Amino acid sequence: MAALVHNLAIPSSTRHLKKVRQFVLGHLVNAGVRDVVVSEIKQAVDEACANVIEHAYLNNPCHELDLMLRIDARQITIRIRDSGIPFDERNYREPDVRALTKRRRSGGLGVHIMRRLMDDVQYRSKGDTNEICLTKLRPNDLDGD
Amino acid sequence: MGNFSVGFRDRGTVKVLSLHGELDAHTASELEAAIQKCKDEHDYRIVVNGASLQYISSAGLGVFMAFIEEVRSKGGDIKIAGLQPKVFNVFDLLGFPMLFDIVDDEDAAVALFERRTGEAN
Repeated sequence: MAALVHNLAIPSSTRHLKKVRQFVLGHLVNAGVRDVVVSEIKQAVDEACANVIEHAYLNNPCHELDLMLRIDARQITIRIRDSGIPFDERNYREPDVRALTKRRRSGGLGVHIMRRLMDDVQYRSKGDTNEICLTKLRPNDLDGD
Repeated sequence: MGNFSVGFRDRGTVKVLSLHGELDAHTASELEAAIQKCKDEHDYRIVVNGASLQYISSAGLGVFMAFIEEVRSKGGDIKIAGLQPKVFNVFDLLGFPMLFDIVDDEDAAVALFERRTGEAN
């Protein structure tokens, strides 16, 4: 199959996360991707965008996130670009949920979910632009497989 | 907000919160406000009915984590009931079944509180 590429830009506010989920859902369903895989990718993209809004843009709604969804026969990739504070993976630790409840905190859950649901999660920064690339390998996701 | 709401009901001494719609980083503050209301009214025996919950992100899960220790320290608990399989999977991904009572339906969740009361008497 030829690659399908779709783009979406949203303001940096959590009120637009529903639009992001609908964007991912609509295009993956149209491409014939299996329901469970659609749900996993939708969840990972929602978590990634929520993290950008909260941590890169500090909940300031005056910025933008650019999403590109690319579907080909081998993999599904979502690239999210922002121009906020870069995410430093070296500071990330796997969350211990039991310990977090003791401290009444919930930090790090989104990254953990993204890594569990996707085959690859990459962070890059170049100049003022940060990029998160989420990849799900195919072809075990087509309806009826 | 529109795509998430919380309904309140009393079942004896148990407060039931029915969640409807999608719980994400935008709507999590509504769940936070709902559990805070329970705390303010000293209702610490809480059942969350998730039968009509269509989606949950880590922000929603974080609300349960933020409150559970305090609610338990007051002798109560937050029990979770009726989750759809795709929503349960997200709780499961983060190990929530080890930390919370997650049961099939609301009646079973309420019964867990009643059983505990019975044992105490």
